[in-house]
Amino acid sequence: MEEKIIEVNHLVKHYGKFKAVEDVSFDVYRGDVYGFLGPNGAGKSTTIRTILSLIKPTSGQIRMFGKDLQTDRNYILQRIGCIVEKPDFYKYLSAEKNLEIFARLSGVNVTKSKVHEIIEFVGLKGREKDKLGGFSHGMKQRLGIAQTLIHDPELIILDEPTTGLDPQGIIDIRNLILQLKNEHKKTVLLSSHILSEIELIANRMVIINKGRTIVQGSVSELLNAQELIVSISVDNIEKARQLLINASLEKAIDKIENNNLLLHISQEKIPFVNKMFCDNGLNVYSIEAKRKLEDYFLKLING
Amino acid sequence: MFWKSTYNEFIKIAAKPRSYIGIAAITLIVGIILFAMKMDGLEFISFVTAPFEQALSFEGNILNGNLIAFIILQMLIIHVPLLIALVTGDLVSGEGAMGTIRLLLTKPISRTSILFSKYIAGCAYTLVILLWMGFMALVVGKWMFGTGDLMVLNSDGLIVLQQQDLGWRFALGFSVAFLSLVMIATLSLTLSCFSENSIGPIVSTMAIIILFTIIGNLDVPVLQIIQPYLFTTHMMAWRSFFEDPLPYDDILHSLLILAIHIAGLLVIAVYKFNRKDILS
Ligand SMILES: Nc1ncnc2c1ncn2[C@@H]1O[C@H](COP(=O)(O)OP(=O)(O)OP(=O)(O)O)[C@@H](O)[C@H]1O
Ligand SMILES: [Mg+2]
Repeated sequence: MEEKIIEVNHLVKHYGKFKAVEDVSFDVYRGDVYGFLGPNGAGKSTTIRTILSLIKPTSGQIRMFGKDLQTDRNYILQRIGCIVEKPDFYKYLSAEKNLEIFARLSGVNVTKSKVHEIIEFVGLKGREKDKLGGFSHGMKQRLGIAQTLIHDPELIILDEPTTGLDPQGIIDIRNLILQLKNEHKKTVLLSSHILSEIELIANRMVIINKGRTIVQGSVSELLNAQELIVSISVDNIEKARQLLINASLEKAIDKIENNNLLLHISQEKIPFVNKMFCDNGLNVYSIEAKRKLEDYFLKLING
Repeated sequence: MFWKSTYNEFIKIAAKPRSYIGIAAITLIVGIILFAMKMDGLEFISFVTAPFEQALSFEGNILNGNLIAFIILQMLIIHVPLLIALVTGDLVSGEGAMGTIRLLLTKPISRTSILFSKYIAGCAYTLVILLWMGFMALVVGKWMFGTGDLMVLNSDGLIVLQQQDLGWRFALGFSVAFLSLVMIATLSLTLSCFSENSIGPIVSTMAIIILFTIIGNLDVPVLQIIQPYLFTTHMMAWRSFFEDPLPYDDILHSLLILAIHIAGLLVIAVYKFNRKDILS
C-alpha cells in the first residue's frame, strides 16, 4: 500500500457568504508529481493556503504525513517547502540573507555552504549579495525555488510556479520538478490552469472547478481515454450526416454547427471517416481531434 | 526556534531603512534644541526662574546639562511614539503588504512565537531609541552645558534637586519612560495584526494617542471619571521621580495601569494573530 502524503477530505472554505471552496477532496501519494488543475478562481490557491495552515477551513479535514494538520502543524510544516502565489521576499535584504532568514525557521540546520550551493543550483550565482528590490520576477521565482529546497523537504508545494516566466524559465522549472521526482524522490504538488503543462510532468492529478472536485486519478488513465472529440469541417454538412448514418455512426454525432461536425469516435475511426467523406465527393477542410477531458477542461477555462 | 526567529526579527529591523528615521529624527531634534539653548537658553530659563531666584540656594549653572535633559525628555516623550510606531506598527502588517507573511507563517514555528519574536525586537528597538535620546540629551547636554543642580517646576512650585541626587532619578525616570513607550509599541503591534498595510497601524496609533491626550486634558466631569484609566495620563509618570518626596502611590498606580494595558493588548494581539486568515 502506497503511503499517503496529503489527504484532503471534503474541504470547505467560505469567505463570509462567498463560497471559495465548496467540496474538495484528493489524495497525494509519496513520490507523486501531483497536478492540481482548475480554471482561474476555482479555489486552487485557497486549498493550498489551507494545506499550509495559512487559512482556517470552514469545515473538512486535512491530514499530511499521516497526521492531522490541526494537531501536528509544526511536524507537518517542517517537511514541506512551498511557494504560494507570488514569490515575495524582503526587498531590503540580499538574496543570501533572505534565504538565511527562512532557512533559520525551517527546523533544520542549514550551513552557509548549502546556501551558496542552492543559489548556484537555481542560477543566481553572482547576484546573491544584491538586494531583492532589484530582482526581476523570474529571478524572484528562482529564489523562491531555492527557498523551497534549502531545508531538503519531503514534499514540495508549488502554486502556479511558471506564471510570468519566459519559455526557457518554464522549461527549467519543468526539468527541475522531474529531477526532484526522479533523482531526489520528492513528492510535488503543483497547481496550474494549463492541462498540457501538467500532462508533461504529473503522474496523478485532480481537476477542480467552482470549489468542487471534478475528477481525480492517474493522468494517463484520465487523458488517454479511448474516445476522442473530433471536429470535422466539410462543405456539405447534410451529406456528411447522411453518410455517417449509412455507416451506422449516427450515435457518434454530438453536435452540428455551421460547417462543423462534432463526433465522438475512437482514434482508429478517424481515417475511415475521412476516406468515406472524400470517396463520396465531400471536401474536407480540417479534422481536429481532442481528448475528451482536454476538451472538457478547455471549455471550463473558456467559460 | 523562538530565539532564531527573534534573531531574524533583529536582522529585519536593522536592515529596514525606516528604522533609521527615528535615530535621525532624534539626532536632529535634540541637536536643534541643544543649539537653540546654547544661543538663547538663559533668556528662556530666566523667564521661568526669575521670580524665585533670590529665594533658592543653588549650585552651578541654572542652565546645565541636567536641566536640558529634563526639558528634552519632557518635550520628546509626546513625539517619540510616532517614531516608535513607525517601526513597530509595521512589524506584522508590513509582512502582509510585502507578501512575506505567506512564507513566514508556513514555517514550523507557532504564530504566537513569531509574534513574541517581533514583540521582543520591537521593544529592543524602543530601548535603542530611548537610549539614543538619553545619550543625546544627558551626555551631549552635559558636555555642552556642564552639570549642576536641577530646578524643576512642579504643580506645587519650584524645587531644586541637588546634582548628586540626580543619577538614580534619571535612571528610574528613563525606565518608566521606557515602560510607557513599550506600551505604545504594544499598541501599534496589536493594531498591526489587524491591518494589511503599514500606514494604517501607525496612523491609528497616533490617532489614539492624540484622542486620549485630548480627553485627558479636558476638564469635563464626565471625562474626568475615565481620565485616570487612560494610558496617556500615565505616560508622564517618569516625571514623578523628580519630585521630593517621591509620590510612591502615584508611581505604582501608573506602573500598574501601563502594565495592565500592555498585558491586555498582548492578549488581543495573540488572539487576533492566531486566528487571522492570511489572504495577502
Ligand atoms: N479574501 C477573499 N475574500 C473573498 N473571496 C476570495 C478571497 N480570496 C479569494 N477569494 C475568491 O475565492 C475564489 C477562489 O480563489 P483562489 O485564489 O483559490 O482561486 P485559484 O484557483 O487559485 O485561481 P487562480 O488560477 O486565478 O490563481 C475566487 O473566486 C476568489 O475570488
Ligand atoms: Mg491561484
